[in-house]
Amino acid sequence: MNVKALTFLLFPLAASAQGFAGLGTDADGFAVPKPDPVFDFPADHGPHPDYRIEWWYLTANLQAEDGTPYGLQWTLFRSALAPEAGEGWTAPQLWMGHAAVTTPDAHFVTERLARGGVGQAGVTADPFAAWIDDWQLAGRFDALTMTASGPDFAYDMDLTATGPLIFHGADGYSVKSASGQASYYYSQPFYEVAGTLTLPSGEVAVTGNAWLDREWSSQPLAEDQEGWDWFSLSFEDGTKLMGFLLRQTDGSAYSSATWIDAESTTAYGDGAFSARPLAMAKVAGREIPTSWQVTLPDRGVDVTVTAIYDGAWMETSVPYWEGPVTVSGSHQGKGYLEMTGYE
Amino acid sequence: MLLNATDIHKTFQTADGPFAVLRGVSLTLAAGDTLALTGESGSGKSTLLHLIGGLDVPDQGQIMLDGVDIAALDDTGRAALRRGTVGVVFQQFNLIPSLRVIDNIAFQARLAGQHDAAWCAELADRMGLKPQLRKYPEQLSGGQQQRVAIARTLAPKPKLVLADEPTGNLDEATAEVVLSLMLDLVSETQAGLLMVTHSDRLAGRMVRRLHLARGQVA
Amino acid sequence: MTGAVFAALTSHWWRNPLQLFTLLAGLALATALWSGVQAVNAEARASYDAAAATLGEGQFDQLLAEGGGPIPQATYIALRRAGWLVSPVVEGRLNGVRIVGQDPLTAPGGLGPVTLDQGADIGAFLSGQGQIFGTQEALDQLGDIDADPVLSPDVAPGTVITDIGVAQRLLNQPDQINRLLIAPRQPLIQTALEQAAPDLRRQPAQGGSDIGRLTGSFHLNLTAFGLLSFAVGIFIVNGAIGLAFEQRRPVVRTLRALGVPLPRLIALMAVELMLMALLAGVAGVMLGYLIASLLLPDVAATLRGLYGADVAGTLQLRPVWWLSGLAIAMGGTAMAAGGAFWRLARMPLLAGAAPRALAMAAGRRAVLQGVAAIILLIAALLLGITGNGLLAGFAMLACLLIGAALALPLLLDRVLALLQLRAGEVRAAWFWADTRQQLPGLSLALMALLLAMAANVGVSTMVSSFRLTFTGFLDQRLASELYVTARTPQEAAALQSYVAPKVEAILPIQSAEAQIAGFPTEVFGARDHATYREGWTFLTAAPTPWDDLAAGEAILINEQLARRSGLAVGDIVTLGATPLTIAATYGDYGNPIGQVIITEPLFARLYPSETPLRFGLRMDPAAVPDLVQSLAKDLSLPPDQTINQARIKQFSLDVFDRTFTVTTALNVLTLAVAGFAILMSLLTLAAMRVPQLAPAWAMGMTRAQLGRFELIRAVLLAVLTAMAALPLGLALAWALLAIVNVAAFGWKLPMFLFPLDYLRLLVFALIAAALAALWPAWRLSRTPPSDLLKVFSNER
Repeated sequence: MNVKALTFLLFPLAASAQGFAGLGTDADGFAVPKPDPVFDFPADHGPHPDYRIEWWYLTANLQAEDGTPYGLQWTLFRSALAPEAGEGWTAPQLWMGHAAVTTPDAHFVTERLARGGVGQAGVTADPFAAWIDDWQLAGRFDALTMTASGPDFAYDMDLTATGPLIFHGADGYSVKSASGQASYYYSQPFYEVAGTLTLPSGEVAVTGNAWLDREWSSQPLAEDQEGWDWFSLSFEDGTKLMGFLLRQTDGSAYSSATWIDAESTTAYGDGAFSARPLAMAKVAGREIPTSWQVTLPDRGVDVTVTAIYDGAWMETSVPYWEGPVTVSGSHQGKGYLEMTGYE
Repeated sequence: MLLNATDIHKTFQTADGPFAVLRGVSLTLAAGDTLALTGESGSGKSTLLHLIGGLDVPDQGQIMLDGVDIAALDDTGRAALRRGTVGVVFQQFNLIPSLRVIDNIAFQARLAGQHDAAWCAELADRMGLKPQLRKYPEQLSGGQQQRVAIARTLAPKPKLVLADEPTGNLDEATAEVVLSLMLDLVSETQAGLLMVTHSDRLAGRMVRRLHLARGQVA
Repeated sequence: MTGAVFAALTSHWWRNPLQLFTLLAGLALATALWSGVQAVNAEARASYDAAAATLGEGQFDQLLAEGGGPIPQATYIALRRAGWLVSPVVEGRLNGVRIVGQDPLTAPGGLGPVTLDQGADIGAFLSGQGQIFGTQEALDQLGDIDADPVLSPDVAPGTVITDIGVAQRLLNQPDQINRLLIAPRQPLIQTALEQAAPDLRRQPAQGGSDIGRLTGSFHLNLTAFGLLSFAVGIFIVNGAIGLAFEQRRPVVRTLRALGVPLPRLIALMAVELMLMALLAGVAGVMLGYLIASLLLPDVAATLRGLYGADVAGTLQLRPVWWLSGLAIAMGGTAMAAGGAFWRLARMPLLAGAAPRALAMAAGRRAVLQGVAAIILLIAALLLGITGNGLLAGFAMLACLLIGAALALPLLLDRVLALLQLRAGEVRAAWFWADTRQQLPGLSLALMALLLAMAANVGVSTMVSSFRLTFTGFLDQRLASELYVTARTPQEAAALQSYVAPKVEAILPIQSAEAQIAGFPTEVFGARDHATYREGWTFLTAAPTPWDDLAAGEAILINEQLARRSGLAVGDIVTLGATPLTIAATYGDYGNPIGQVIITEPLFARLYPSETPLRFGLRMDPAAVPDLVQSLAKDLSLPPDQTINQARIKQFSLDVFDRTFTVTTALNVLTLAVAGFAILMSLLTLAAMRVPQLAPAWAMGMTRAQLGRFELIRAVLLAVLTAMAALPLGLALAWALLAIVNVAAFGWKLPMFLFPLDYLRLLVFALIAAALAALWPAWRLSRTPPSDLLKVFSNER
């Protein structure tokens, strides 16, 4: 049994009607998100073992002093075999870490897997620490240090939040399909970042902005949803847009978006946000849309979103595309694009 | 007319160069008619018989058999012809050594899809093969083997029977008996008979006679 | 029509059961030979792979507790958090079964042979109850334990694999780990190992050990033999099919004359043949299985010896054998029948034209065959001279074998023509002419005999050369009577002073890693001692290599490094900053990487931190057991830290003797099959022989004489074939040793000649040929005179 086959089971990427990464499977025994959530911080920054799947998902748009753009990803996934925390090797909590750095002409990615219950990986809420092996995201939630290391790259970053937490959907209850599948979903999109990237070509000092997503659920996708296209865009005027499409097997899509400006946060339900592929690239043997037309007419947004590097393929146990993008059109800016379920 | 062959030519390649075996032979045969084909060795009589039987194709000429130009047929067509319309009695008998006499007799009729058990039994009886039905060809004398071969040829009731020196391997007395049987049965079934022989005596038993010399009708 | 034709076709076999038997037996034997060899190969390989993967030791560096004993689980977590990609292994015995517990999420090689399919319950594997994977025997022996047994035939014998949590529970080792596997790719940034886990020592991967690589070579030998047996098998299938067609040619002609269309006839015969091939294939696979299971205890012993790992002594009939065996039978039949059908389709319908046409066709075929043979042999020669690489090696083998097989009938024909010319006496002249006439009918069988013999000569040469090299290598490398390994530098010091008065010499074995000419290389520091001076033989050397070495100015390098770097004696390499002249190159069989030897003082200067822990002790062999005992008593050095050289050597030789048993058995089998092909050919020819022999009989030769001639003829043809097979076999061995082995492993095996072996093979071949000819000859001598007379009476 190789690790690949194993994680296929734990985080199964099903080409079938199971939805991406098994997220469409039944929620049996697990808790299910309910509307009108009441969050409890800092406890909710920590894990929710009663739910099947959860992530701490950080992406950053960085820039070197010479202006070269970089993308960075630090992600910790939790996947539960059973709705309990447990102790020791038999604890049913499994962890998967993904770290990546994207440059204009290269993409570095690495993966870690661990069992919960023996201390190799986990998350504590207070003080906040999320770790797998030597990778760590820790500190106060508004002032974090972040490290990761792979065979060909490493990074060490300091993050400082300059704004509040943002709650998506209905106060953090984010509906994912017409039949009501949902997750708890909030973000901290206001991190400022500074640190060092270690690349094969040497060390690079970088600064920029990061966006941290927190999401947990037990069955966030409907069975007929095969993957998603997720955009987190930061415009030069300080406004931000998070939007996603959940692609359905019949070719239609379910969309959702959050508009963030200095005063307020506005949630948009299905249909308000749209994204249309403009150009495809051959990546890892698949056709992947790496250029999109993204619109949110209600806010006058009509932009072209283009990948900085087309080959930002996450060749991990559950493969997907994740990389930095530039934004042009009605708004200028940058952001991150995630595309899953492309076979 | 059952058989109408016109201007048949056939040349073989030999070590000494091309050899024209048949040079414009024509013949006709009606149903119920019997014809002896005589000539020296190498006169082309066996070759003519083979061409009429669809075992080989002429270089030139037309062979109309029961209204079909067999020279124009392909391999499969000629095979079908050999199964049903024509029956050939070979000098070497050409029985199937691994089949019993009874199965050898029925074999060609089965191939042609015209097996008639009663007729086969009658043939065997008339040929005096009844005690031999369960034997294999190798356990039979030459005369008996040829009688099996004749019975096999007649079993599907062919319209034309071709015989290539059918008694060539038999002693005189046996030859006489076998030939009589064949003639009787052919006339009963109203088939045409074309027999190659180098024996004047045997040829005399046929209604007509055609003598070949150097590939032409003499 | 179909029914009648099929009945006629099949009736042939019922009337001629002997022909049916030879066809089926030929097909079955060819399949058996091939599938038997494959089975032995596959089973040995599968068992070894399972063992190696299960042990996980060959492939990865490991961390072990400095003083032996368990590692706290906390140390594992600390290492992971320090950036070390290590994976825990818990190991122990329960009811005599070795339990291996691993963490599937971090294990660098996964769980080896254990696969959890998508349907499997991963939750169950990782959960507290757990699943335990093993062979039926291992699970039975383990008995009723608190985990779900899962049958997994590929797990090494006597071993079960389970999750680490389950293993800790079953072995009652909570929070304890026995060793840590180090993943080959580590992150860019990590804490130094000494700092992260000071109590652990790193043990390098053993995958590149001498024995491991010799094993690879041994496997390659088996594969080569498998390919050869395949070639022999195909020839035999071809022969059997060709003969079957020859036998039925008259019937086919009659059927066509009676009006059966040719396509129908061919289709029916093809169906009939494929049914037979299927039947024979099934029988052949089972026969091969039987042969393999008879051979397997030896193979298993061989491998157990080589690997020191358990190889199941039983055989499991895998689906792939069925498939490959049936593919051989049916594919070989289809190939052979294709040619036969082609000839059949072109066969003139009228018998009269046949002999001349056939003779002409045969003439053309002979010319074509000759041209093809010459082209192939020239290609083989060119490949042999210029080619390097595995592909070229195998291509050369193929060209050589096929070319030689095609050339054989022509060669024999020429030789016989010459003998006929030289024969003074009329009966001898007749004998040679008659033999020549027989040749076409026998040529396929003789080709099979040629290939079988050449394969045997080749494989015998290779295996024997291998053995000689190996024993020489053992003598050189395991010169000391006793090898002792200390666990700590302190123990090493104590050991040295303890044994000094009891032995003739202490030879420290110390090594370090270095890069030489860009290649990773092990550097050994050798003490200047007669053991080396007298025991070592070099491939190439300066006049006084050991003196140069002792002076600290020279270096000895192994063949692998020399081949890869292009370095030769007299060249200068730098180690550290020290320039050293290459004084000699030496054979280092089995080692995948470069190795060099420098003198002990230089080694100490270059690698001051390396303290030798292993020592070779030169001493009276008789005193070895006593010393091992007193070491255990006085220094509490466990016996497994000492290696009795004599024991190793004897063991290794035993291993190779077993290899011989297998090789000999396979030799006898191939020859038996080739002999059978001769028998089939002779039986088929027997019917045709009567008309050929009748005149000779009529002219005054007795039947007994004729029978004797038949026997002599078969033996003679076998002798001539054997004479051709010897050089072919030697060329084969040369290609395997000098081209294929170099390409595969980077070292050349010296080739030795074994005339006695060849003689024995010749005798075997003659016996096979004589046995094959005996019955047909006897039958001939008993031919009733009436049958012979019939020839004259029947002839027109």
